[in-house]
Amino acid sequence: MTEETLIKVEHVSKKFCKDLKKGLLYGFQDLGKTVFGLSSNSGLREKEFWAVDDISFEVKRGECLGLLGHNGAGKSTLLKVLTGLISPDKGRIEMRGRVNALIELTAGFNPILTGRENIYNNGAVLGLSDKEIKAKFDEIVAFSELEEFIDTPVQYYSSGMKVRLGFSVAVHTDPDVLILDEVLAVGDAGFRAKSFNKMKEIMKSAAVIFVSHAMPQVARTCDQVLFMRHGKSYYQGDNVNEGISLYFDEFKNEEGTIELDTGANINNVKINDQEVANKSDFVTVSYGGDLSIDLDIHIKDNSVKDYYMQIQIIDKDLKIVAVYFSNLENPSFQGIERSKLRFLFSNIQLVDGEYGVSFLVFKGDGGNSSTKNGTLCIYRNYCKFKVKGLNTSLYAPIHLRGAIFQNDSQL
Amino acid sequence: MVVRAMFRDLFSSLDLAKRLFIRDIKAEYRQSLLGILWAFLTPLATAFTWIFLSASGAVNIAGTDIPYPLFVFIGTLVWSIFADSVNTPLQQTTSAKALISKINFPKEAILMASCYKLLFNSGIKIAIIAVVSIGFGYYSILGLCGFLLTLVLIMAFGYSLGLLLTPMGMLYKDIGRMIPVALPFLMFLAPVVYPGARIAALQNFIELNPMTPLINSSRDLLTGGSFYNPTYMWIIVGVTLLIGFVGWLIYRVSIPIVVERM
Repeated sequence: MTEETLIKVEHVSKKFCKDLKKGLLYGFQDLGKTVFGLSSNSGLREKEFWAVDDISFEVKRGECLGLLGHNGAGKSTLLKVLTGLISPDKGRIEMRGRVNALIELTAGFNPILTGRENIYNNGAVLGLSDKEIKAKFDEIVAFSELEEFIDTPVQYYSSGMKVRLGFSVAVHTDPDVLILDEVLAVGDAGFRAKSFNKMKEIMKSAAVIFVSHAMPQVARTCDQVLFMRHGKSYYQGDNVNEGISLYFDEFKNEEGTIELDTGANINNVKINDQEVANKSDFVTVSYGGDLSIDLDIHIKDNSVKDYYMQIQIIDKDLKIVAVYFSNLENPSFQGIERSKLRFLFSNIQLVDGEYGVSFLVFKGDGGNSSTKNGTLCIYRNYCKFKVKGLNTSLYAPIHLRGAIFQNDSQL
Repeated sequence: MVVRAMFRDLFSSLDLAKRLFIRDIKAEYRQSLLGILWAFLTPLATAFTWIFLSASGAVNIAGTDIPYPLFVFIGTLVWSIFADSVNTPLQQTTSAKALISKINFPKEAILMASCYKLLFNSGIKIAIIAVVSIGFGYYSILGLCGFLLTLVLIMAFGYSLGLLLTPMGMLYKDIGRMIPVALPFLMFLAPVVYPGARIAALQNFIELNPMTPLINSSRDLLTGGSFYNPTYMWIIVGVTLLIGFVGWLIYRVSIPIVVERM
């Protein structure tokens, strides 16, 4: 792979006005200044702020930069500056080769025209000549899987179909620089996987900037991340996992909720023998170490003969990364009114990060029912703990531990 | 430097401009039964309004060298070509808003596509005018050439004016609203539906209106006359080239500023 730098961004800043009327007025002033060749003043005017503030990075061919940040952090503005749609107030940008931005895939579509006609139009807007489009037409249609509807007006397409068509045209432009703004979050699961693979293929020969809120995708594609906060670079580097966990830290922790407690109450939850009543304080569990959970349970419903528990471990993305059913390999708990329960999990294989724990208690019913009316209580995301001890640059919730053998002898 | 970049972008955008033009025309007429007929119907309706007003005696206009129906017919159609020319740049840029705020491509493509569209629509009107005036018995190759030349100037003049207003119009909607208010008003300050004013002060004003030599020349040339006030016509040629170029220059630098605020 060539080490050619295709994107070079140096100290780029862009200001924005919060107020519409003022913004239009400033626009008018800027227009006048640009026309007469005067340099516009670089300071902020009333109601303005830096939407992008002093951002610098480089992306080489074959590399992918992940752009992270919560909504309104300045990612899209930065992308617009990069694509040349708007010009930066400070700094400079250097791009080499064909730049293609997949920001809004269906922007060039005319709803009345057929899919076929729109492929030609969209291709032309993205800089392909008629000849190039003709040569790639079949490939584009095949990729979109819309053969049957290619002569149907695009207004009869579902939104997913439109995006398919738009994406198919865009990825067949052979770009040197590819800018993607949350475009992979569309389409059905099959198409998502397909477009993801196509992107990976393009990435081999292009420099890519990738904006996404789907962290698993960022983890799988990016070599470096730029995490923006209020227009500024907050974290920048090639430790993708670090960037991702910072991104999650950004969000206020989803407060634990008690969804249901009509059948049972849970109190005095301890993780590794430490009280977790104080929610801002995390109990730290080490990777590979033990995790014990103690709790007091009060069964209110005295018709319950036996019950079992489900414990879910949730990551910051609110995905369930692990689950435990107490009755799968163990007997049920007896339906005594008050009990102290203890769960012991050894050899925790979760990667560094914060996790929430949900507790669900179900009526036994012979041990295999989890019907809704058998639910005694749901304490969702009720307490939290932190795992420390394994720091990898790859983002995956579970890092397995295992024994390895070489020529039949264990290492 | 800048000029070279402008022309380079202009030529590189021709392919795309053609595509955009075909797209717009197809889209415009596909969802309609009469299709392209509408391009003829609209200008005919305007002209017939005036012919009817004159025939009914509601307005009494005398002193035209040629039959009044033909006079007003040519006048209104030529005026509508001018009005179209003024409207086109802003209209087409506004309708391409979704595109220019999302994809970076030479903006000249929008301008060129709008020129094609203008030529297409005007071409239909010009054909109607030519056919009708031949029907009235006026026919001269030389006159027709002069007429076409004048119309090119009218379109270029109107388009340049419109282009100059476009960046402002993209920021403030007032411009887009002002044009349809101002144009009909200006129409009555030009010899479109009447040959001249009886009040001397008003007539002086009409003579100053740049549309007067343009409208009169086009009509006179077609019906056997010659250029009306050639000096003023040459001035208009110069002004058109100047504001056209300046308008184009401003348009280019204004798009990023406008896109920021969309």
